[in-house]
Amino acid sequence: MNWLMVIAGAIVGAPLRYLTDRAVQARHDTVFPWGTFSVNIAACAGLGFLTGAATATTVPQALQHLIGPGLCATLSTYSTFSFESLRLAETGSRYFAAANALVSIVAGLGTAYLATALATALLA
Amino acid sequence: MHPDHPEHGTQTSGWQAEPADPDTAIDPWPPAKAPSPKRRQSEILAAIAAGGVIGACARYGATLIWPTAPAAFPWTTFWINVTGCAAMGILMVLITERFTVHPLIRPLLGTGVLGGYTTFSTATLDTQRLLDAGRPGTGLLYAAATLLAAFAAIWAAAALTRLAALPHASAERGSS
Repeated sequence: MNWLMVIAGAIVGAPLRYLTDRAVQARHDTVFPWGTFSVNIAACAGLGFLTGAATATTVPQALQHLIGPGLCATLSTYSTFSFESLRLAETGSRYFAAANALVSIVAGLGTAYLATALATALLA
Repeated sequence: MHPDHPEHGTQTSGWQAEPADPDTAIDPWPPAKAPSPKRRQSEILAAIAAGGVIGACARYGATLIWPTAPAAFPWTTFWINVTGCAAMGILMVLITERFTVHPLIRPLLGTGVLGGYTTFSTATLDTQRLLDAGRPGTGLLYAAATLLAAFAAIWAAAALTRLAALPHASAERGSS
């Protein structure tokens, strides 16, 4: 059952990352990879909310696997994040590469804390 | 047939060009069977979904085989992200600089498998959990170590693949 939930989450999460990335990248013309940034932050929000919900109330195992290792973990990506940072550094945008790394980490952590607090406030 | 007639010239060049064409131009998307943009888009999405399932199952399986204690350094997620980034470095050099591959290979392997295998959100939530568990040192070390190791892995993997697969990489880098 847990495996099926992970698979179901991944089937949605991976295409959703691609479609979100395409939609975001089509709407700006900077070199900054806002598309990957968006999916990573969205996934941090989802996983943070799940963490808060799991401590505030009882979340079924199946739902936890669907949202956690299934949807959110597949929606977010470290490999594309580091590839885009490497590409920024190689094309001379070292400042953007460093900014991408730091802003993603800090914003991801901040979003996770906000989502956890929101879930706790809503469900506790 | 009049020598000035345009048909004469095109006929000759067409005949001369014909035998070479089918042998040399191998088009993975032959015009006669070219799918519509909608069809191609759904093929890309299906490839990404299939790859995402493979990557997610590999990641989930790894966390079952090597579980991490709640307050311990999350080595499993750390190595998942580092190995996924190394694989991305190898893949991208091979498919963008070395080989011409089928148009669905990059969505399947890059976006699907490696994107689904590696995870930014789990790494972030691991850091949050360590900070909440009263281990801020380990949490910050984990976040910094994952970032530096992942970047070093993709950079080194790409550089080594260029060395191994592209003998004249340094001369051709600018044009690619």
